[in-house]
Amino acid sequence: MNRTDWETVIGLEIHAQLTTRSKIFSGASTAFGAEPNRQACAIDVALPGTLPVLNRGAVERAIRLGLAIEAEIAERSVFARKNYFYPDLPKGYQISQYELPVVKNGTLTIQVGEGESAYEKTVRITRAHLEEDAGKSLHEDFHGMTGIDLNRAGTPLLEIVSEPDMRSAEEAVAYARALHTLVRWIGVCDGNMQEGSFRIDANVSVRPKGETRLGTRREIKNLNSFRFLQQAIDYEVRWQIETLEEGGTVQQATVLFDPERGETRVMRTKEDAHDYRYFPDPDLLPLVIDRAWIEEIRANLPELPQALRRRLVDEHGLTRYDANLLTASKELADYYLAAVAAAGQAIAKPCANWILGELAAKLNRAELDIGESPVRPEHIAALVQRVHDGTISHAGAKKVFEALWTGEGTDVDAIIEAQGLKQVSDESALEALVDAAIAGNPKSVEEFRAGKEKALNALVGQVMKASRGAANPQRVTELLRRKLTA
Amino acid sequence: MPAIDLDRIAELARIELTPDSAAAFRADLERVLALVDRLQAVDTTGVAPMSHPLDLPQRLREDAVTEPDQRDALLALAPAAENGLYLVPKVIE
Repeated sequence: MNRTDWETVIGLEIHAQLTTRSKIFSGASTAFGAEPNRQACAIDVALPGTLPVLNRGAVERAIRLGLAIEAEIAERSVFARKNYFYPDLPKGYQISQYELPVVKNGTLTIQVGEGESAYEKTVRITRAHLEEDAGKSLHEDFHGMTGIDLNRAGTPLLEIVSEPDMRSAEEAVAYARALHTLVRWIGVCDGNMQEGSFRIDANVSVRPKGETRLGTRREIKNLNSFRFLQQAIDYEVRWQIETLEEGGTVQQATVLFDPERGETRVMRTKEDAHDYRYFPDPDLLPLVIDRAWIEEIRANLPELPQALRRRLVDEHGLTRYDANLLTASKELADYYLAAVAAAGQAIAKPCANWILGELAAKLNRAELDIGESPVRPEHIAALVQRVHDGTISHAGAKKVFEALWTGEGTDVDAIIEAQGLKQVSDESALEALVDAAIAGNPKSVEEFRAGKEKALNALVGQVMKASRGAANPQRVTELLRRKLTA
Repeated sequence: MPAIDLDRIAELARIELTPDSAAAFRADLERVLALVDRLQAVDTTGVAPMSHPLDLPQRLREDAVTEPDQRDALLALAPAAENGLYLVPKVIE
């Protein structure tokens, strides 16, 4: 029997909650965690006679995202009613955008994998449109009734829809992560996945390799972690392939992922798919965005992760891998850039090593964010400079770092002084020790002269020991080499 | 004219039809569709679809919290409420 090679095809729809203070169509607060219905005003509860008024801040954020993914910003876009009856949206429809979204035709370039097998890929983004979130239904028992909290109703969302460009769960996760980094980087979404600020729907299908038509897709709804995204796609792909190989067919459906059981299950099939009967919302005029506003927003965009990544590789001499890690968040990138600004670009690489090594490990263990680090970027800069100019050894630098971390000291030079970490680099001070080592270890001297490079290490070790670790090993090596080859 | 699936339309609009009202609705909808057919007959090549009868752009509101908490007044309008929640007949899809 011929075994078919299968290809996975994935497109993602991501709902990013925008960081506005007020709702998209009302002046109610969007703050998280309020008591039920304290932030649901007459517009949000759909009191008859109320009208929506569009929030400038929500539009501004949609434009920011559009510019960051090099998309077209529609000069004119239209809000539409998506009709469905569900008490978490008491109007009986959700205000969304349908035929004319505010953002279309963008791209996001992602890094997939690590090390040798890593590659870059550009994912096309079909569109991003503005819409309002729904409220929450609480299904615990209220005498056989359902409780409704409308605080979240009307919270602004940007739904970002990709083309089916991803070919594995790994690519889908890389894309979702890159978008998650980007929305936080440009400040349009806080990215808090536990609070539902960044929710992922995955459209998954499979087809025989070489086939150009798409297979029938199933949509996995509402994934709120990257791990679940990975697991849900892995399960779904296995299930679809097994179904097809056993001679079955995949029915178009919406499915939910059950993280406890690690499987997807059908929520509704195509037959009972919603008929939303979209039409332009007569309560809202077309959204018109002028060029000047777009250019003003463009001028205020920060350097984007992808551009910075390139600069760190090309100008700072970092590896692609390190550049990736440092651009995982704006906070971390800013920390690194502040350290390099103080230390000088010539020693950017050791700055990166300290931040991604020692500091990252400490922060991890203490469960602190980079913003909470007791060691500041200028400390890292001073530390790296003192190693670079030979004042302290790497081992000494670790002691200084420890003192900075615990708060025992806040000034690098003062710590070096207080702990006596200064290396002896002065030739006249080292000369006596070097001469003693040469006189006391004729065997090593003989071996070195006979061409055994390694023998030099033993001599350096002797000098270091005699200086109780204070000698600058680099200088000692130079001095020994000079004397022995003279 | 396409056949009218009255049951489906009523279902989507969450309207319960009696046999009498169904006949009346069918007649009304047929008249509406006839009107739509006349509109469809007009050549609109090159005409941008109108999304709003007013030829004006949407005005924007500054992003500021302007609505005070009026929960108690709003909850008082609801047929049922408890613990700050609106209560509705059980809905589980």
